[in-house]
Amino acid sequence: MSDVVEKTLTALPGLLSLDSQPGSNKLSSNSKLRNLIRGITELTSKHEEEKLIQRELTSIKEQVSSPNTSMRQMKELMVRAIYCEMLGYEASFSYIHAIKLAQQGTALEKRVGYLAVSLFLNESHELLLLLVNTVLKDLQSTNLIEVCMALTVVGQMFPKDMIPAILPLVEEKLNHPKEIIRRKAVLALYKFYLIAPNQVQHIHNKFRKALCDKDPGVMTASLHIYLQLIEENPEGYKDLTTSFVTILKQVVGGKLPMDFNYHSVPAPWLQIQLLRILCLLGKNDQSTSEIMYEVLDESLRRAEINHNITYAILFECVKCIYTIHPKSELLEKAAKCIGNFVLSPKINLKYLGLKALTYVVQQDPKLALQHQMTIIECLDHPDLIIKRETLELLFRITNAQNVTVIVDKMLEFLRINKDDYTTIDLVGKTMSTVFSVGGDTMQPDIPNSFLKLLSEGFDSVEEDRKLRLFAVDSYVSLLQGEPGKLPQRFLQVISWVLGEYSCLRADLEVDTVLRLLAKLLDMKTTSSETKSWVLMAMTKLCEGGAGVSVARGVSETYSSSLDTVLRQRAQELQHLSQDPELRARVLPRHTGLEPLEVDSSLSFLDGFVSEALAAGAAPYKPPHQRQEELAQAKSLSLEPYGLSLPLSMSSCSITDRQSPTLLSISSGLSGNSNDLSHKGGSSSLRLDGVKRVWGREGYLAQREPAEESAHVEVPSTLRSPSQQGRADGSHSQTPTHTPTPELEKQQLASSLFVGLGSHSSVCLMGKSEPTPQRFRRKARSPASSSGASENISHSLVSPPITVDTLVCNNLLDSHITSEPDVSPLEQTPPLSQGLAAANGSCDEELPDSDVKGSSPSLIGDDALVAADPAPHEEPPKDLLLSSYLPAELSGLSHSEITPLSSDQSLDLSACHVQKEGDLVLVVFIYNSSDSDIQQILLELDSEELEVSCECDGAVGGARGHSVAVCQYSLSVKRPSVHVELVGTVSYQFPVGTPQSGQFSYKLPLSSFIRPLTLSTEEYGTMWLDFSHDTKQNLTLISDDPEPLAASLSVLKNKLQLHVVEIIGMEGIVACRLLQDQPCLMHCRLHAGTLAVWLRSPVPDLPDCLMYFCQRALQEH
Amino acid sequence: MITFVLMVNRQGQTRLSRYFQPVELSRRAALEADVCSFVEYKDFKLVYRQYAALYIVVGVTDSENELSVYELVHNFVEVLDKYFSRVIMFNLDRVHIILDEMIQNGHVVETNKSRVLAPLTALDKMGE
Repeated sequence: MSDVVEKTLTALPGLLSLDSQPGSNKLSSNSKLRNLIRGITELTSKHEEEKLIQRELTSIKEQVSSPNTSMRQMKELMVRAIYCEMLGYEASFSYIHAIKLAQQGTALEKRVGYLAVSLFLNESHELLLLLVNTVLKDLQSTNLIEVCMALTVVGQMFPKDMIPAILPLVEEKLNHPKEIIRRKAVLALYKFYLIAPNQVQHIHNKFRKALCDKDPGVMTASLHIYLQLIEENPEGYKDLTTSFVTILKQVVGGKLPMDFNYHSVPAPWLQIQLLRILCLLGKNDQSTSEIMYEVLDESLRRAEINHNITYAILFECVKCIYTIHPKSELLEKAAKCIGNFVLSPKINLKYLGLKALTYVVQQDPKLALQHQMTIIECLDHPDLIIKRETLELLFRITNAQNVTVIVDKMLEFLRINKDDYTTIDLVGKTMSTVFSVGGDTMQPDIPNSFLKLLSEGFDSVEEDRKLRLFAVDSYVSLLQGEPGKLPQRFLQVISWVLGEYSCLRADLEVDTVLRLLAKLLDMKTTSSETKSWVLMAMTKLCEGGAGVSVARGVSETYSSSLDTVLRQRAQELQHLSQDPELRARVLPRHTGLEPLEVDSSLSFLDGFVSEALAAGAAPYKPPHQRQEELAQAKSLSLEPYGLSLPLSMSSCSITDRQSPTLLSISSGLSGNSNDLSHKGGSSSLRLDGVKRVWGREGYLAQREPAEESAHVEVPSTLRSPSQQGRADGSHSQTPTHTPTPELEKQQLASSLFVGLGSHSSVCLMGKSEPTPQRFRRKARSPASSSGASENISHSLVSPPITVDTLVCNNLLDSHITSEPDVSPLEQTPPLSQGLAAANGSCDEELPDSDVKGSSPSLIGDDALVAADPAPHEEPPKDLLLSSYLPAELSGLSHSEITPLSSDQSLDLSACHVQKEGDLVLVVFIYNSSDSDIQQILLELDSEELEVSCECDGAVGGARGHSVAVCQYSLSVKRPSVHVELVGTVSYQFPVGTPQSGQFSYKLPLSSFIRPLTLSTEEYGTMWLDFSHDTKQNLTLISDDPEPLAASLSVLKNKLQLHVVEIIGMEGIVACRLLQDQPCLMHCRLHAGTLAVWLRSPVPDLPDCLMYFCQRALQEH
Repeated sequence: MITFVLMVNRQGQTRLSRYFQPVELSRRAALEADVCSFVEYKDFKLVYRQYAALYIVVGVTDSENELSVYELVHNFVEVLDKYFSRVIMFNLDRVHIILDEMIQNGHVVETNKSRVLAPLTALDKMGE
């Protein structure tokens, strides 16, 4: 194998990237193509390329139409034309000549003619008809190669209407003595089936014959037809199940000739194809499924070779097991298998594992619970595609309870994602899912921010338009379905979007939209709040013409509605639909986001007011004054009149004793504004209802109930970390849960996976000891670092590895990400034992796989790492990197060295070092490639931090397999609990294009805190000057005889605070944020807690510090 | 299902492209322009594999088994290697002919190396 690869790797770059060495004789005609390719490689601009290709095309055109051009030259011209079309330049003049070449050429010329035709033309191209005769002639040729060519092109493309002309000939070939002809005939029939299924209906029994062909190649070809047939009609082919099972058994059992093996795995793609077929056959069919259990089990068992291709088979196997009628024993094994995938350090396997999980959770959501911690880790994975796949998985398990957290995560992803298509896909598709699943339980700000996103858009106008169109299209089709099932909030979003953007879709009649919206109004389930959104949308839409009649009908119905908001909207609709001029002024089209100027002083009403006053109206009183007066009035007359109010009696009787405010509203309203009285009555729980009802957004009235319900669904302990920071208060009341990072992850997990299993949340929190995580970290790091150090020392100390093998290793093992290791070392006993052991211990308890499932497979991983001979697959790990720390920093404490980013040639890691007056970020750049890099440029940026570099961003060079180090001094611009740096690394090899990559690094604000030494007097004067403060009661360290002193000393040690003085029950503490931003702290013992008061001149600093104090005390 | 196969050099220049589903010419060039660093690009899912200065990029549908395609690429490269030996060549046509033997209509139709190469070697013999 390795010599094959070596040859490949030496030949390929030459093959495609040009070398001046002359080719062999038979290829000399290719020199013009070579010149063309070389010319293009040397170009520097698109413009030059265009010029060159146009010149080339002109020259080709001239030559092809010349009568003196030989077929041999024609072949060479066609290849060049193919090359030009490949680069995106049309060469349509050559199409007819391609057909001619297929017709008149011999051997390779003819083949190239066919090739050019299949590349140039699509199936519906009329020129293709000219090919029919040639095909017909070649099919009847005595030259097998010509028959073969004709069948190949027929299998790729053929005009549908001409099939009958050649069908008998192709059928005849099914009995040909040569396997290749039979095989190609089957593939041609497959093509016919794809484009014109009716034409081949009569020969289905011939497919069966092909399936039973003695040649495995012909049998394999027939599977394409069967996969298609069974996909369309699984019932019709159940009787073949046994045949497919038998074939798979033989393949898995190694009964095929050796040349069907790929890296000693027997015909893997055939296995995959068979598994796909079995999957279709066994779906929802117990008796058919039973036939295949045994072979599936065997497939799982046989796939022990550690190679990508076996994992590809396993993936298909797992999918099959989860699709067919379940068998618990197999399910268990498949679940374990998925575990091995997702826990794999190899990114491709992890990806596939997530994909399998995504598929599987649709059958069994509980499986996601087993892997929840891995899923959480994948969410934070530096690779975007892994994140994306994880989100995809999360969307499959979205339910009413976890919807907020998942949306949070999605928004987080959207913020970092740069690719517009993904954004549109994700925003559009998933918001719909989330809305319809999460529906009314979500907080109102989610639909709000979605609408904001829609209206504000992204950077590009075109993408905005696409997203909006996408929204309009999908919502119209939703409304055409069963809108009654959609949650109210989603309906509101739909109404808004249609009102704003349905005009973007030109072929969509306004009338249609209006009718759809009117249908919503007629539904019983639609809430009045939603109705008002609908009416708003209609108002925006009804532009003259047909719309008016619908609008009139609707507005007539609702202008007498009991709900005043609705009545208001209906009136607006009525007036605006009849007065286009006014409408254009009030609701101008395409204003986009131009900010509206709001005259909050309402000065334009001054004239009206003074007129009214002059006419004897009472002057305006602000609400609070009104309420006070009313309350006074009420205290006199409450009892007699209370019951006679025309409002809903129940609401009054419940609330009147406790809340004078509500009553005052209602009684006040009965006098002058019955509008409000309805609102007040319908939402009697709100005590401060007046202002809220009149909020600018109509739905404001429901904010509180919505929030309440959300709180009920998601208990405080289950909140996401982002909420945690703000929800400090609720945490101090539940001190049993220590918010270590692991616990945070677990909390995130429990909020994500809530509602999946019957006892999900219980069992999750029961495992609050973060053992699996810790165990994993510890288990992994020593092994991998020692492995790495071995490797490194190996490559440093003993250079007997020849250049050749290095190249080989390099290309096969390290350049190709997560390439399976093919060296013989890999197959040594220790590995297989490790794996066997892993499997063995895995068998026992699956439900607990969070703990157990992960650890055994790690044994496997370690074995892998230790046995891994590739010297530069692993970048130097923590231990080694820390030796690269600059001398002046080496004595100081530094954070764990974390990887930032890596590509095929550079691995970046970083840590931060706390100096007394400074915080230094150290970035390690490891060049894992063989070549030296002359210049590496690092750019760091942060919203919260000031970054100053000691090396001006240019790191200089990094030799192959060596580490370059760069230092930055950081100080805080804007405090935040965690501050983040984003960076770009760009570099260039001596030859090659510039490369760049991005990364981010997060560190806690506490790393920037230093003690501030001052006297009590100084403290006193400073205290009064500071304007930003926060207060909170924190957990006290109560098991100490002197709780205050003990608590303060914990804070001092953990956060580097300076304790100024302790006086009795009170203590004062001071610190500074780098460079010189003071923060003062005052603590007092109060009712068994530590009452902390923080003050600082810097906004947000007290809040952040409070967070760290709380954590420090809780962790203690 | 496989939707296309590209061979691209490190400069992002396409060396070979084969589409199994119709994609307009104008869109192809744009698609091939900066494909290497993406694994998901527009509505395509990409499987890519690097060999020294050469990237092989395969577009697949969502239902395809990415890892099997990843290995298919390697199989393809091994076949190329077996055929082209060490001589440096610019045989766009021959690479295409090999690919045609392996993938048709977006499906893997042959992976057995000697069988993949049989038609081409026969053609070469005829030409001599």
